[in-house]
Amino acid sequence: MIDFGFSISKSSHIQMDDVDLKTFKKLEALNPDINTCMSCGLCTATCSAGNFTDVSFRKIILMLQRGKDKEALQKVKRCMMCGKCMMICSRGINTRNILLSITRLYNEEEK
Amino acid sequence: MRPTFDPFVIPFVASMTFVLAYCIIGMIRIVFQLPKEDRRKFLRSLITPKIFWKNIKDLFGDSLFHVKIWKRKPLLGYMHSAIAFGWFMIIVVGHFETVALSPLKDMHLPLWEKLMSNLYMPIFFRYFAVEAPTLNAHIFAFLMDFFLLVIISGIVIAVVKKKRPRKVGLKRVTKFGLKEDLVRISLWTIFPLRFLAEASMANISGGSFLTKFIGFDLLFGGHYSETLSYILWWAYSTDLAIFMTLLPFSRYMHIPAEAFLILLRNAGLKTTEPRKGYAVAEIYSCPSCGLCIDVCPMSEVKENYRNTAVYFIRNIRKGKRRRDVKHKTEICLMCGKCIEVCPLGIDSLKIKMAQREKTYYKIKSDFEYLSQQTTDNRQQTVNKADKVVYFAGCMSHLTPKITRAMTKIFEYANENYEFLDKEGSICCGRPMMLTGKKEEAKALIEKNTEMIKKSGAKRLVLSCPICYRVFKEEYNLEGIEILHHTQYINELIEKERIDVDRSDKRYVYHDPCELGRVFGVYDEPRNIIDNIGLLTQGKSDKDMAVCCGGSIASLTMTKEERDEITKNAIKDLTLNHPEEIVTACPLCLKTFARFAPIKVKDIAEIVEENIVEN
Repeated sequence: MIDFGFSISKSSHIQMDDVDLKTFKKLEALNPDINTCMSCGLCTATCSAGNFTDVSFRKIILMLQRGKDKEALQKVKRCMMCGKCMMICSRGINTRNILLSITRLYNEEEK
Repeated sequence: MRPTFDPFVIPFVASMTFVLAYCIIGMIRIVFQLPKEDRRKFLRSLITPKIFWKNIKDLFGDSLFHVKIWKRKPLLGYMHSAIAFGWFMIIVVGHFETVALSPLKDMHLPLWEKLMSNLYMPIFFRYFAVEAPTLNAHIFAFLMDFFLLVIISGIVIAVVKKKRPRKVGLKRVTKFGLKEDLVRISLWTIFPLRFLAEASMANISGGSFLTKFIGFDLLFGGHYSETLSYILWWAYSTDLAIFMTLLPFSRYMHIPAEAFLILLRNAGLKTTEPRKGYAVAEIYSCPSCGLCIDVCPMSEVKENYRNTAVYFIRNIRKGKRRRDVKHKTEICLMCGKCIEVCPLGIDSLKIKMAQREKTYYKIKSDFEYLSQQTTDNRQQTVNKADKVVYFAGCMSHLTPKITRAMTKIFEYANENYEFLDKEGSICCGRPMMLTGKKEEAKALIEKNTEMIKKSGAKRLVLSCPICYRVFKEEYNLEGIEILHHTQYINELIEKERIDVDRSDKRYVYHDPCELGRVFGVYDEPRNIIDNIGLLTQGKSDKDMAVCCGGSIASLTMTKEERDEITKNAIKDLTLNHPEEIVTACPLCLKTFARFAPIKVKDIAEIVEENIVEN
């Protein structure tokens, strides 16, 4: 292939019909405030763990909504539970409890 | 000659035997449920003279007089002492009276009959006795009447408390079901029935001012009826039997359980399992008095009063309703006011923590990335001998004005310091432990310990009370003095290493739960404020300070519920129109700042503002 100095990146298109959102529906039922997130990124900016690694609550929610469970759980595992995202959240979402619910509901092995 | 036995004693003797057997079996079960080490510790404590005397002192002071209730609510203190101590004295004096004057004294009876009669004779003494003209008999009769009157006065207050809680200084009392009502009514009627029974035949058995003069002469008009008297004695015995039989299944189980709890506590035991051993003793000791309802910040929202400690303990005791237990465990703010006010000092928070540790999380944490963090790139030039390490904690990074103020104070004081987590800190581990992930928090604790030890400092200054607590309780930092910045700044002022200006600005101080109630750091911050301005009082302070509502201990509480608590706490604090609210916790600061009508500042900030440069 000729190197043009740029390439076409892999499509990030997600076929939502193929995504299994069963667990996410359960999570939604437990924490209805999850859908009020507007991805403002305050949580990411304040995150203690985010200082050292790529933890971001906003991204976790987005990934779970789109069925990218595995990547999301990789981030969830690194959370220190300090609760700063909850204090700062502009929508008053109980982020900490959502993270705890995720660790209770989701299985690591699947997918 | 009066008889020495009558069938009416049977219900009492049977129920009493049942209660004794139940309590002994219960005690043995608890002792066996204790972890092996704790069991040994407990048994050893029983024969240690020092603890033995403490046990005796506490048994009298706590379970008979309830000094703690006296201190907070004298009227309720009197109520409890009147009933508990009065009853105790009636039993004790009754036994002495029986020994001195019993009609069985000179009789030769088979052993088991003697044992049985020992059980019922002091309780129904007046039925079997004949009035003796001796001085001894008069003194005993007077004492018995006196304590009976004391108990009845206590019961009168109890009735008032039930019907009109506000009259005795309570907003809410615990709500009960039918069974508890039955037990309570049977308890309330025991002593009036005893009085009537004794009064009805005071002409034969004798009595003193209460039974003979008020009872027999006035109430019964000096007329003796054998049938009426006999019915009253039966009623008295049956009533006692109802109370005793239901006692193990009601809140009155606290009477025997509390005594046992005092022994366990003095042995130095703590809750490790939510439904075993020490926790069981605590759960059965809860008298459901409901003093924790009024102080709990959650009961500010009316519907949430059932989240308080008393209902939590009741849920656990019933053994069912796991969902309720889970809900109450997870919503608690863990501010610790309920423990402070509890007459028995039941540590429901430890039970909740043990319960949280039982939660199963499918996904385990992974802090592998922390090991790649190096701490070597810090300047090691400063002299290690008198170095102070400042660990702001993750919360303080959310409120940079605290860290900024602290660095300035360090510089003014010419301190040889190192700001350990300037580039962002690793969480102390307490929030993780609060979610029940105690094991997983160890990774964080180890990393922080390593960093602090590496710095070689002898003193550690912290800005966050949450960190302060976990550093004191869980970290193994031998040889390093751990200070909260209030303590550190107070020391600087006292040693005159920094000078502050005094103005007549009015401040109010909010005690953070973890700094105040857990470690009793009340005087240092007040001392600092005294040096800077005028300290005004809020509605409640020190050990009764209200939680700010931001506590990370609550896992499930919604924003709206938290906001109610915050608004209420601010209302309490601004009661005497201060100009600024001062606190010593970044979390409280952040929470208050949203709703406070006046400025909220950390104690480090006001010191930094008023510092005098030399």
